[in-house]
Amino acid sequence: MDTQTPLLQFQEQKPELHFRTTKFNFGSFFFTGLTGLATLFILAILAIILGNIIINGAPALSWRFITAGTEQDMFDVEKAGVFPMIVGTAARVFLMTIFVIPVGVITAIYLTEYAHVSSPLTRIIRGAVHNLAGVPSIVFGLFGLGFFISFVGGNLDRLFHPELAEPIWGKPAIVWASLTLAVMTLPVVIVATEESLKAIPLGLREASLALGATKLETIWKIVLPQALPGIMTGGILAISRAAGEVAPILFTGAAYYMAHLPKSLNDQFMDLGYHVFVLSTQSPNVDQTRPILYATVLVLLILTFALNIVAILIRAKMRAKMRLLH
Amino acid sequence: MPHRDIGKRSAGWMGLSRGHKARPLEWIAEKAIFAVSLSTILMVFLIFVFIAKEAWPLLAGKMNSAASQEVIAPEDMDKLSAEELRVYLEMTKAEFAAKDRETLQLLMELKAEAGAEAPDDKDAEINTTELRYLVKPYQWSDYDKPEYIWQPVSAIHKYNIIPLVIGSLKTTLVALLFAVPLALGAAIYVSQLAPPKLKEYVKPVIELLAGIPSVVLGFFALIVMATFLQSVTGSHSRLNALVAGIALGIAVIPVVFSIAEDALTSVPRSYIQAALALGASKWQAAWQVVLPAAIPGVFAAVALGFGRAIGETMIVLMASGNASIMSWDLLDSTRTITATIAAEMAEAVFGGHHYRILFMLGMLLFAVTFISNLLGDIVIHRLKGRLEGKS
Repeated sequence: MDTQTPLLQFQEQKPELHFRTTKFNFGSFFFTGLTGLATLFILAILAIILGNIIINGAPALSWRFITAGTEQDMFDVEKAGVFPMIVGTAARVFLMTIFVIPVGVITAIYLTEYAHVSSPLTRIIRGAVHNLAGVPSIVFGLFGLGFFISFVGGNLDRLFHPELAEPIWGKPAIVWASLTLAVMTLPVVIVATEESLKAIPLGLREASLALGATKLETIWKIVLPQALPGIMTGGILAISRAAGEVAPILFTGAAYYMAHLPKSLNDQFMDLGYHVFVLSTQSPNVDQTRPILYATVLVLLILTFALNIVAILIRAKMRAKMRLLH
Repeated sequence: MPHRDIGKRSAGWMGLSRGHKARPLEWIAEKAIFAVSLSTILMVFLIFVFIAKEAWPLLAGKMNSAASQEVIAPEDMDKLSAEELRVYLEMTKAEFAAKDRETLQLLMELKAEAGAEAPDDKDAEINTTELRYLVKPYQWSDYDKPEYIWQPVSAIHKYNIIPLVIGSLKTTLVALLFAVPLALGAAIYVSQLAPPKLKEYVKPVIELLAGIPSVVLGFFALIVMATFLQSVTGSHSRLNALVAGIALGIAVIPVVFSIAEDALTSVPRSYIQAALALGASKWQAAWQVVLPAAIPGVFAAVALGFGRAIGETMIVLMASGNASIMSWDLLDSTRTITATIAAEMAEAVFGGHHYRILFMLGMLLFAVTFISNLLGDIVIHRLKGRLEGKS
């Protein structure tokens, strides 16, 4: 945009002249300004949300808050902490990675290394990945309840403990919550891994095959090590997405309150995100418990954002390397 | 596209037809990798099947939610056959087999007591899970005109889903009206008008918005935004469709932005260069050349944004007020489909009519998002093909 001609002069000029002599264009100014403002507004929303949470949450955040449990009273501003929730969230997310990474990576390997690009089956698999990414999180919760808990868990009980009245597996548990989240984050891992596999130059694979390596050896020893940063990015993005999700674990394993940490796969667990929900909606006195609410939100946000930023950094590094290779 | 042909040869069963070069291990690995990759298809299939399975007895008309039910005196237990007794007590075969005679007697007495306490007006005879009571208004005995009512835990279980559908549409509409102009403006700015240096910083920051967990956005709407918006609008209820809708819009912005920005960037440089060479300014090129070329991408962005908004749970659960009022007023407290499932599943009796209705709502949600996502994906796919074909 040329601003050498001031606005004032433009208005004084005769209409038939200004077309030729000035390059200032009101439409351009208006349009650029409007879209720029929209961008600024979005950034402002982000800044306000983060600023509000940091300013209100930081004072209540302390080492004691992070390491303390909720033995006395979960709404006690002085004594309550979030240690059991951090452990519960970490455990369910860790279990989820064990389930989702192998399946996601192998699917991505099939799609990039083996599948015919345009075969109907490949298109159906891709369609399924897209579809899975768009399923609402509460529907995953229903799926976890209907499939994992009542079908898988219920049948396990019928097979191995038919004499017991109380269910061992057919009830909300950390393993069911993790499996539900694994199904939900499968597309994240597949897409990220596929992207990193595609970025590896064809020449590397051809060189390996020309030296006599088999296809499997090439994938295992040449392709996968190169794709490792991409796989890690996918894993981290999946973790950060899953760590903040509450809807899928509402009926599959999250506990309102538990006196002990989860000890086995069929235990329930306390969860950071669910605890934010509990503190904001079930608190007997919202104003009084506000400091611990803000501090809990801050802990959750730090966890998910730290993971996100690590993923973004790895990805940026990977892309720079890719440009070098091509 | 990497090497679609390497390793594609007919190797026979376990690769044995390759004679001394047979590599059974390779063959097995390939088949195993293929089998695992089918898991995504399996998962989509299982999600559909198992949600439909839980909702099926309701859809098939096998549930009866009438409050007053036929009562058989406990003394008459021996007059019934085992099968009749099982149906009367609403048990599965396995459950029935596990109970002894005393327990069954006790259950019959309980059922008789419940039957005696049940309300006995004309509403009590109605099976409220029939389709017409789910979607059409009905004049209940203490109302003066036919109404749409969702009251699953009252004495007469009223399951009209229309207030919930309207609640979902209302909040989604607000979210899209708030998010689409902002996200689209930002996408045009970032992809076409901003200096390249600025673009490198702005894009990841906006995408960071997608990293905020929805429960945190819900918390923010509940604690901060609701108070602020109430002071602006002077609304009667602090939590309403407007608050939930705007918070939902914040969650939708990164979705719409990413896809629209992607579509705008994928318009070939040559289009813009041609426009600029013909004397158009940068904004004219953006508005009259790039945007029309990418308009299907914008449509797809809105469709996917819609799918995200209507399926979001925690934000609406925390910020919408959760009153199932039949109203289009944005300042009324409202209740959406997702929030209803999240809030009521814990108190619904496992396998009961309320439980099945909630699964039916889940099915509805799955179908709606499936269609909107499919639509969005098809449009994006076509657009990419068209732009790549032309350039």
